[in-house]
Amino acid sequence: MMEASSTHQQPALIVNDVVKRFNVASIPWWKRLRPDHQNGHSSDDQAANGSGSSLKAKRGKEIITAVDHVSFTVQPREIFGVLGPNGSGKSTLIRLLSTLLIPDEGTVTVFGLDVVKHEMQVKRLINRVSVEASFFKKLSAQENLLYGARLYGLSGKVADQKARDILKRLGLRENSYTEPMEEMSRGMQQKVAITRAFLTEPTVLLLDEPNTGLDPRSKMEVQTFVRELRDVHNATILITTHDMYEADTICDRVAIMHDGKIVAMDTPAALKQQVKRNGHEPTLEDVFMTLTGEALIEKEADAADLEPEKV
Amino acid sequence: MILRGIQGEMRQSYAFVARNFNLVKRYWGWEVVWMAYSIADSLAVTFIGAGVGEITGQTQIDTNFMITYLLIGTLVWRFLSSIFHNISEMIAWERWEGTIEYTFMAPVRRFNQMIGQTFFAILYSLIFTVILGVTVATFFDLDLSDADLLSALILLLVGSLSFVGIGMVASILPLLYPERGAQMTNIVQAFFLLVSGIYYPVTVLPEWLQVLSKISPATYVLEGMRAALLPETAKSDPLTYVVPLLIMGLVMLPLGIHLFQRAERYTKRTGKLKRNG
Repeated sequence: MMEASSTHQQPALIVNDVVKRFNVASIPWWKRLRPDHQNGHSSDDQAANGSGSSLKAKRGKEIITAVDHVSFTVQPREIFGVLGPNGSGKSTLIRLLSTLLIPDEGTVTVFGLDVVKHEMQVKRLINRVSVEASFFKKLSAQENLLYGARLYGLSGKVADQKARDILKRLGLRENSYTEPMEEMSRGMQQKVAITRAFLTEPTVLLLDEPNTGLDPRSKMEVQTFVRELRDVHNATILITTHDMYEADTICDRVAIMHDGKIVAMDTPAALKQQVKRNGHEPTLEDVFMTLTGEALIEKEADAADLEPEKV
Repeated sequence: MILRGIQGEMRQSYAFVARNFNLVKRYWGWEVVWMAYSIADSLAVTFIGAGVGEITGQTQIDTNFMITYLLIGTLVWRFLSSIFHNISEMIAWERWEGTIEYTFMAPVRRFNQMIGQTFFAILYSLIFTVILGVTVATFFDLDLSDADLLSALILLLVGSLSFVGIGMVASILPLLYPERGAQMTNIVQAFFLLVSGIYYPVTVLPEWLQVLSKISPATYVLEGMRAALLPETAKSDPLTYVVPLLIMGLVMLPLGIHLFQRAERYTKRTGKLKRNG
């Protein structure tokens, strides 16, 4: 946490006009001849390919714009939420921040360090929990966690004690610690994944749907831990979630992504004010549905216009 | 401060050693099966040497020499191919388990990763080959009283460095081709098996293959090993083979790291790291 105290004068994260596109495999010519492909691709194709708008690349390949000119700044010790439907570009954004992807356009900085130019320094500041637990399945939680901790330079002895403490707080049984990961439930595996990230006390913690598969009690434990990381260890947290209540209660600010773009960004209270109608007190879910649902309705209407039988 | 930094970097390298030994421990069933197969395979090859007199109908053939010649071939190949596998499969394995993003996200230099992987690969392959060699040797009455075992060990260790470099280059394939990359590495291995004179002198190969045999480090390891363990037929001192092996190691190791880093950057640009194959 040394880095945080020395660098907290500047923003923790600056995402500046970032674009990330992916080439996806072209559709074979015989499939393109089918009537249902004559008017472009179905919405299912778009969802399967990831997200965002698509355009044709050379050699018949499809280009998907997963993150489309996204900009935002996160201040130190802020808990910043990113909400959006499946395939809206949230995980791609997290991967860009985690140095796992290189932006095609724009820049990403973590405490003033560019994620491409200063990759190694950035890596020391961050850690991530993804929606997939991702472990060596035959190895025990202990073996997986010590491996992860050593990669960050921690000693096995220190990491072992810290891991036991964190897992105890998250409610994992003591004997599960030495069991192979494959014998654990999805929720238990996710707790170990959260422990792996917390072990290294990251200055910036990236949480990509961390509570998937957790029971309500475990969710609350994780939320308490996230707040503690911010309050006690000065960590900055970026979290993506589908849990609107969670976003409302723990996030200082929230950005809503749709089709790779940020369509709204403010405090949960301010976002709710934006969609307030007829005296009804909206929830964050109402905000989400309004801002991403309307766009979906518009898209469906556009698609219907292209199909003659529906006109 | 510097000491703490070095300690941290050593822990990173050790992380790969400990992880790999844990994997061996947890997948012990696979290890037993692989060892049993390797023993049967090595015996099958070595028995050709024992039976060469009967096969050809010539009684003057030195079967002890033939057995030792083939045994050296099979053991050296098991050792080098084990090193190659351990290095080249480091990416394929992580793709299979789904952990690749976490390893690549950690602040680990590829050099530190390679140190850890190399240490494990050499240690594991040595233990494996010693068990294999001792088991197979019990089936035959071998005379190694004139053998230069120290030179043989030096050649084996120096030669393994080049194979680490080649393994690094081959490990790029699973990085670039998530679905087919692991299978592609077998083609690289097959090439070395053919041209390196594992079970025969390279002089029996067609001329164009003999040219290729000169770029294989396994050729020099095998010729050196045979010079050390079968001194009666040696054309030159075993340690003369150390020089080309050292040169190859000095070229292949940095080249392997450099190409791997370039491939890593490419996967981060194209998003291929995410796919688990």
